Amino acid sequence: MQLVIISGKGGTGKTTIAASFAYLSENSIKCDCDVDASNLHIVLGGEDIKSEPYIGAKVAHVDGDKCTLCRACEDMCRYDAIKDGVVDELKCEGCAACTVVCDYDAIKMEDEVTGDTIITKTSKGILSRAQMIVGAEGSGKLVTDVRKNALSYGSKDDMYILDGTPGVGCAVMASVTGCDIALIIVEPSQSGLNDFKRVLSVVEFFEIKPLVCINKYDINEEVTKDISAYCEAKNIDLIGKIPFDTTVEKSINELKPIVLYENSMAAKEIKNIWKKLNDYTK
Amino acid sequence: MQIAVLSGKGGTGKTTVSTNLAKLINVRYIDCDVEEPNGFIFLKPQDIKSKEVSIPVPYVDEDKCIHCKKCVDICQFNALVHTDRVILFEKLCHGCGACRAVCPTMAIVEKDRPIGKIETGYSDDMECLSGTLNVTEPMAGPIISRLKGMIDDKTTIIDCSPGSSCNVVKPLLGVDYAILVTEPTEFGLHDLKIAVELVRKMKIPFGVIINRMSQEDNATSKYCKDDNINIIGTIPFDRDIAVMYSKGELLINDEKYKKMFTDIMSNIEEAIGCSL
Amino acid sequence: MKICISSTVDSINGLADGRFGRCPFYAIYDDETKEYEFVENEGAKAAQGAGIKAAQIVVDNGVDVVITGNLGPNAIRVLQAGNIKIYKMLGDKVKEQVGYYNEGKLISIDKPGASHMGIGK
Repeated sequence: MQLVIISGKGGTGKTTIAASFAYLSENSIKCDCDVDASNLHIVLGGEDIKSEPYIGAKVAHVDGDKCTLCRACEDMCRYDAIKDGVVDELKCEGCAACTVVCDYDAIKMEDEVTGDTIITKTSKGILSRAQMIVGAEGSGKLVTDVRKNALSYGSKDDMYILDGTPGVGCAVMASVTGCDIALIIVEPSQSGLNDFKRVLSVVEFFEIKPLVCINKYDINEEVTKDISAYCEAKNIDLIGKIPFDTTVEKSINELKPIVLYENSMAAKEIKNIWKKLNDYTK
Repeated sequence: MQIAVLSGKGGTGKTTVSTNLAKLINVRYIDCDVEEPNGFIFLKPQDIKSKEVSIPVPYVDEDKCIHCKKCVDICQFNALVHTDRVILFEKLCHGCGACRAVCPTMAIVEKDRPIGKIETGYSDDMECLSGTLNVTEPMAGPIISRLKGMIDDKTTIIDCSPGSSCNVVKPLLGVDYAILVTEPTEFGLHDLKIAVELVRKMKIPFGVIINRMSQEDNATSKYCKDDNINIIGTIPFDRDIAVMYSKGELLINDEKYKKMFTDIMSNIEEAIGCSL
Repeated sequence: MKICISSTVDSINGLADGRFGRCPFYAIYDDETKEYEFVENEGAKAAQGAGIKAAQIVVDNGVDVVITGNLGPNAIRVLQAGNIKIYKMLGDKVKEQVGYYNEGKLISIDKPGASHMGIGK
C-alpha cells in the first residue's frame, strides 16, 4: 500500500503531516520524494546507512584540442548552452544535438551525477531520500530512484508513506504514479484552492484515489467551505480539518513530530486522520 | 534590471513578496511558477491575452524515411522508437531537434505541440505575465524559457517556483539580483541554505527576507549574520497577513503593510545600488 | 516464431522477472531451433523511457510474443505497434512459460499497468 502526500501549493504542511504518520506507523517504509529540498529526515532523525551518487542526466563536453570554433554547435543548440566552444552545464539539457553537427568529433556526452540517493535508518523505520545537486535537471528521475530504493527494503504488502513535492510536473508525477492513495493537503486560501484543483487533475489522470485534508482551516473558514463543497461535488472524501496551531512551529523547531505534543489540537486531528486513513488502507 | 524571488522551501512567501513589491513600485511582474501560478490572484490583471506555448516535435515523412533508425539512436530521452515505422512519445520529447539534424534523408520535419500558455494583462498600468503548464505535461522548462525571452530592459520582478532544480535555474539566468524568502523554522533554514548554494553557484547577488518572524533571535537570522548574508527585510508572524493572503488580497492595500514593503524596497535599492 | 520472457538472470533455470521495462535480461526462445538466447535489457538503466527502450530491444530481436508480469503504457504502445502479442506469465519460472503458452494457459495483456511500475509494487 503506497500512500503519497501532496498539495499542489508549497508550504501547506505535507512534511509536518508525513512526519506524524511516519511516527504513528513504525512498520511503514518512508520515502521523501521532495528531492529538491528534502525535509523529512530533519524531523525523523536517524543515521544515514547508505549514500550513492545518481546519474540522472548527460552533459555535453567539448574537447578543446579538437574544437575549431566553427560554431556549428552554437547554431544548433536550442538552449543557448554552448558559447565559444564552452558548455554551460546549467543550461545544457543533454540532448546531444550538438554532437550531430560537429564535424570534428569534438563533443562527447558525459554522464552527470544529479544527486545522491540516501537511505536513513530512523527510530521509526527506513527512510529513502535524496539530496539533489542544486540546479540539476531531472528531479523526476531522481524521485523514481528514491522510490525504487524504498521498495527494495520491503515487499509489496508493506505500507509506504511518501512525502511529496509541490507542483504538478514531472517530479510530482514520478511521486504519485503507482500509488494507491494520494492525500492532498489543502490550504484554505485562494492560491491553495487554485493549486489543489490542478494537482487533483494529475491524481485523476493517474487513476489514484484522492483523499483531502484541509490544514489551518480556521485561517479562512469561507474558503474552507468552498473546498468542502468542491470535494463533495466531486465525490472526494474530506477526511480531516486541522486547526491552525502555534505548537506546530514549535514542534518543527524542536525537531519532533507534532503528534508527540499531547495538548496540541493539530496533533489530535492528525491522529484522527491517521485512524481514518487506516480504514482506506485495509 | 531583473530581480528574481525564490525560496527553496515552498510556501514561504515568494508570491506575497513579489506581487506586493512589484505593485508597490509599479514594475512588470512575471510568474515563472508555471506548475502552480498564483500571482494573478493578487494582481487581478485586466485585458488578459493568452498565447499558446508549444514545443517543436518531430514528424516523420514515411515516403522519405529509409528506416536507418539514426533518429531513435540519437534521442537521449527515449522519445522515439522504431517498429515498422518511427513512433514518437511526445511527452518525453524535449524539442531539441537532434533527430531532425541526424536524419540523412531529411525525412523529419517539426510540428508544434502545445504544452501550456502565457497570459499577459495589466493591473492598472502595471504589466503582468504568467505562464501555465497544461496539467499532465511533465516539462515546465520550455514555458519558463519563453517567458524569460519576453523580458526586455524594463525592470521586472520574477516570481519563481519552489525547489532548486532546473525549473528555478531557468528564471534565474541573467538575473541582476535575487531575493530569497524564508521562514524561521528548521525546514525553512535547511532549504534556505540550498537556495543560497544555488544563487552563489550562479554568481547572483542576493538578500534574504525572513517571513513569519516572531522572534528576532532565531537560527535563520543567526545563520545569515554568520555567513555574511544581507537580511533585506523581515515580515512578522501575523494572523492578519495570513487572512488577507487567503482572500487573495495584496497586503499593500493596508497602510501598515505598505510601509513595511516600502522599507524593504529601500533596503533592496541600497543593496543593488540604484533606485527602481 | 520467437517468444520473449522477461528474466531476472541469463539462465533458463532462473526466475522470470515481472517487470518488463526494468528486468535485467530477456530470454528469447526460438521455436525453430528450440533454443534460448539471452539479451541484456539496456533500458533497465534508462533514467526515463525505460519501457520504450526495452520494447525497442524486443522489436529489434524479431520477437513475436512477449510473456511478462506487467508493463506500462509506453511499452505496450510500442509492442502493439510492432504487432507483438503480450501475455501474463504464470508462476515464476522462465523455462515453464513457453510450455504454458503452447498449452494456451496464458492470459493476454491488453491494458497497461501504471507507468513506472518497475519501481512500484
